[in-house]
Amino acid sequence: MRTPFYEQHLELGAKMVPFAGWEMPVQYEGIREEHSAVRRHAGMFDVSHMGQVEVEGPGALTFLQRVLSNDVAKVHVGGAQYSVLCNEEGGVIDDLFAYRLGDDRFLIVTNAANHEADLAWLGRQSREFDAIVRDVADRYAMLAVQGPHARAVVSRALGIELPTRFHVAHVQVGRRPALACGTGYTGEDGVELLLDPEVATPIWAELLDAGVVPCGLGARDTLRLEVCYPLHGNELTPERNPIEAGLGWCCKEETGFIGAQTVARARAEGSAEKLVAFKIEGQGIPREGNPVMQGDEQVGAVTSGTFAPSLEIGAGMAYVASELAEVGTEIEIDVRGKRRPARIASKPLYLKSSKRS
Amino acid sequence: MAPGSSEGNYPEDLRYHEEHDWARIEGNQATLGITWYAQDSLGEVVFFDPPEVGATIQKDSSYAEVESVKAVSDVIAPLSGEIVEVNDTLQDTPEKVNEDPYGDGWLVKVRLTAPEEAETLLGVQEYRKMLDR
Repeated sequence: MRTPFYEQHLELGAKMVPFAGWEMPVQYEGIREEHSAVRRHAGMFDVSHMGQVEVEGPGALTFLQRVLSNDVAKVHVGGAQYSVLCNEEGGVIDDLFAYRLGDDRFLIVTNAANHEADLAWLGRQSREFDAIVRDVADRYAMLAVQGPHARAVVSRALGIELPTRFHVAHVQVGRRPALACGTGYTGEDGVELLLDPEVATPIWAELLDAGVVPCGLGARDTLRLEVCYPLHGNELTPERNPIEAGLGWCCKEETGFIGAQTVARARAEGSAEKLVAFKIEGQGIPREGNPVMQGDEQVGAVTSGTFAPSLEIGAGMAYVASELAEVGTEIEIDVRGKRRPARIASKPLYLKSSKRS
Repeated sequence: MAPGSSEGNYPEDLRYHEEHDWARIEGNQATLGITWYAQDSLGEVVFFDPPEVGATIQKDSSYAEVESVKAVSDVIAPLSGEIVEVNDTLQDTPEKVNEDPYGDGWLVKVRLTAPEEAETLLGVQEYRKMLDR
């Protein structure tokens, strides 16, 4: 599948890669440049591959309270909230943002690779509620504009007023209704725009003219990893509960969501493994799947690893035995047979203030 | 999406290996590196993990790793030999592999143990043809 911005990616010389059934840009000029554009100025990502699901009806809130881990009732109209979608065993089916568009109307943004599974799950669970679950992925092209200057540039270039962080607003873009969301996946301020695909293409060009740097999935991954945002399929899976993943903060078991019992138990008893962040000390770049070692014993495995452009070292996230999860613990990462000394680090790995000049 | 041979540059005086490596042969020694195509496919090189001086390398086998932000790639030896020098400047400036793959971005120098292997390598025209296929 191709997004409405496909031709523009090719014109800019992007390297295209298959991703969850889509042809997506992994980089244009280079991951490091794109990464630093987002940290220092403003970058834009075509995230049209992400899915959208609308939930509407008098029972929409009670339904979402049942399927989403967070307390959806706390979200006012125009608000946004992060949640995980758990199965009966408390495993994570997906992680997502829910936006409240009206008293009885919500929009959920899903991960591309999970969209169909989410839809099937939501459809099945909605049967006993007075709510309709609608696949609206075809109705939206999606652009994430991120960075310290992103809001100012978007607001000026498109002539729209943007909502504050974790809010959503109805706006007009290209004379069509659009949604502006104060959310993102980079650790920087910014917005995500949900646009009418028919008028989306020129918006890309307008933002490009305004100085926004086009960024690919490569930089999206290094940016999110530096601020320790989990990625479904790596840190989050249906076999792991949100407590192990460090997402206890977005789980409100008292709402009785599906999986809440397992989550409550994991919270009370503690889990055998925990998701940690780590930095390599010295040379080497950790990669997904690398064993985490202590002496001769494997004590965990890397879920995501990269060269972290803002830190200029190898860094990543890993599940390790809980007793080793303390910040400062010395470990080794087995990078294709070479032991690379590393240390458990506090999350996020990258702190805005620490590198801002 | 791979670029053909029209993009990038491929010097006339080098011998090429199908795995996108080059050799500059001078007597019984050779300087080795990766081609423009290889560095372009990989993206910005952020780490070069060299072999040790004195190590022996085997034609068609991996002797080192180069890594970009996203990926790691084995470097295949175009010729067999013994490492006599590694490009230490790449520890601090691995991006030279991208900026100047045939010059400052060279990887290692070897003393050839089977110089006749050079005959099996590709000339520039053959390598370009291979890229265009």
